[in-house]
Amino acid sequence: MPFRQRHLLGIEHLAPAEIITILDLADRYVDLNRRMVKQSDALAGLTQINMFFENSTRTQASFELAGKRLGADVMNMAVAQSSVKKGETLIDTALTLNAMHPDLLVVRHGASGAVNLLASKVNCAVLNAGDGRHEHPTQALLDALTIRRAKGRIQRLTVAICGDIAHSRVARSNLILLGKMENRIRLIAPPTLMPAGVQDFGCELYDDMRTGLQGADVVMMLRLQKERMDGGFIPSEREYYHRYGLDAEKLSHAKPDAIVMHPGPMNRGVEIDGELADDINRSVIQEQVEMGVAVRMACMDLLARNLRAERGRQIVGDTYA
Amino acid sequence: MTTHFANARLICPETGTDAPGSLTVSGGTIIARDAAPPADARIIDCGGRCLAPGIVDWGVKIGEPGERHRESFRSAGLAAAAGGVTTIIARPDTAPAIDTPELLEFVTRRAAEAAPVRIRHMAALTKGRQGREMTEIGFLLDAGAIAFTDTDHVTTDTKVLSRAFTYARSLGALVVGHPQDPGLSAGAAATSGKFASLRGLPGVSPLAERMGLDRDIALVEMTGVRYHADQITSARSLPALERAKANGFDVTAGVSIHHVTLNEFDVGDYRTFFKLTPPLRCEDDRTAVVQALASGLIDVLCSMHTPADEESKRLPFEDAAPGAVALETFLPAALRLYHAGAMDLPGLFRVMALNPARRLGLPCGRLTPDAPADLVLFDPDSPFVLDRFKLQSKSKNTPFDGARMQGRVLGTWVGGVRVFPQERPDA
Repeated sequence: MPFRQRHLLGIEHLAPAEIITILDLADRYVDLNRRMVKQSDALAGLTQINMFFENSTRTQASFELAGKRLGADVMNMAVAQSSVKKGETLIDTALTLNAMHPDLLVVRHGASGAVNLLASKVNCAVLNAGDGRHEHPTQALLDALTIRRAKGRIQRLTVAICGDIAHSRVARSNLILLGKMENRIRLIAPPTLMPAGVQDFGCELYDDMRTGLQGADVVMMLRLQKERMDGGFIPSEREYYHRYGLDAEKLSHAKPDAIVMHPGPMNRGVEIDGELADDINRSVIQEQVEMGVAVRMACMDLLARNLRAERGRQIVGDTYA
Repeated sequence: MTTHFANARLICPETGTDAPGSLTVSGGTIIARDAAPPADARIIDCGGRCLAPGIVDWGVKIGEPGERHRESFRSAGLAAAAGGVTTIIARPDTAPAIDTPELLEFVTRRAAEAAPVRIRHMAALTKGRQGREMTEIGFLLDAGAIAFTDTDHVTTDTKVLSRAFTYARSLGALVVGHPQDPGLSAGAAATSGKFASLRGLPGVSPLAERMGLDRDIALVEMTGVRYHADQITSARSLPALERAKANGFDVTAGVSIHHVTLNEFDVGDYRTFFKLTPPLRCEDDRTAVVQALASGLIDVLCSMHTPADEESKRLPFEDAAPGAVALETFLPAALRLYHAGAMDLPGLFRVMALNPARRLGLPCGRLTPDAPADLVLFDPDSPFVLDRFKLQSKSKNTPFDGARMQGRVLGTWVGGVRVFPQERPDA
């Protein structure tokens, strides 16, 4: 199925077949990335601007590398320390950038919906690299690719998502993606970190980790967002680790071949045992990082194809109409 | 001069009738109903359209002083006239807040000069709406304050509030509360639930409203003050309100037009014109509140007109200013309840005109002889598509932009003088 999106704002707008299209192309880029010469010209001549209103090292590096490997001109705007601090509004920043004719805009912002707002004001393709507590689509896609490569499929699996679900855009995007792919989803979290109305999401809810992990194929741990813990959602880190930290004993309740995932950066000893995170037989955390570059290459490639097709039509229209 | 409104469909909320008839107006008051036109009378043929008492809109924000770029007395007055609102009850959440008799006299004078409709002012209950010291309630009453409210600034110090209520009680002043637990609702941009969680928006439980209402009702029981809750928007607040009324407390409640015509899903893809205080609720809450309005449990329907400029709305949803303009869309939106069969026209004008007028001690809101000739003539069926740039308000932040509406205001009279459409000198 063709990929018809103008932007990648969230998983919500993607059809299951479009998700498969992205994953299939990403698989090819994984192979490219493992070669000695990691070059493609899919984005040659195009300009990619990374705009991270929230600090990020990993995601920004991943997008930057993805763009460079595809031959794009990549620029990082350090917006977290720039004119935005001087009171410029998001829309003004967007319009300023738009005037520089970028082709791909990668945006992370602290407010839910901010990337949607920005996308409505610019002419280029916008990729959501995380907006508030809303969505983080490339993370869900790279998780799906990791699962598919480890398990051989991305359907009919039992996936447990554990930790700070209320504040996690990663959890939201994964929930939507895994739901679209017809998986059984379990959410495991202390009730204070469970979003409201989650019982209507079509997933199973647990506040006990051992029962929740029973028979799981995939265990996705989430980062305990310390910077968002302003209201004291949990009594202490050590109690959290005792009840919700993933260790070998708790993992033994999942299927024997269950894989362990984490979007990073990890808080070792808070949500996950350090040794388990490094166990190459169970943990796919390093693979996730590798898949991240490939998935982002695939997304930008597909969006650039649509962009070229659209502009091609415009040029034809101008010349011959 | 005497004017005779002939061939009208009279909507009388006092008697609950909706019947053909005529109305005779002289010297700014209604002098007769269904009487023969006096010989010298100017006759207005209503063509069978609805003639109702002008709307009394309780809780309108006007940006004077401080935010005239958002709304002035002139623009609000024109918007009101175009919307069939003949009396505006203005909120004191201006910059600075209306908390001294001097300021109240200033806005009263400005309003009388600039606006074609009647404007009465509420004053702040505490200085600067800060919830620390009460205002000069006695002086403010003398200067014409119609009620006292800190609007959406909820006082957390119950001792301050209980003293303000007790003092207001001794003067017979009416206090308007905003039922909301400020701790729970801090930072919230939506009603908590599946929709807010999927959109990743910080939510507040509708029970925060009940908590605020319960506290205020307990203070009413303690002090005996006359109390009005500005907006009751959730089903779970209704039993508390019902109990308070059954216990004989002097309590009334209102709801905004948006909370009875829209629900949380209207926010859609982060549309900030739908960001309100309190946030839009789920559909079950909306229908429960409509029923409460129809049954009389909720007394008042108001517009909660809150002008916001483009800059404060063109932001990510969480950062955008709450509020919507509604003076002009109030009646067409309310007619949705009539067309949906939830309320009849006399019932609508009971909650939009008669009840607020009675609660505030105003003589209007009726079609009976001796009442002021504040009238609205409208066609309840005429359809149109709303274009926000055609609104009279300086701010265009209406959630009904592009919406299909049914019902148009054809004329508005204040004290027998036509204020909409404005009379041309040659006519």
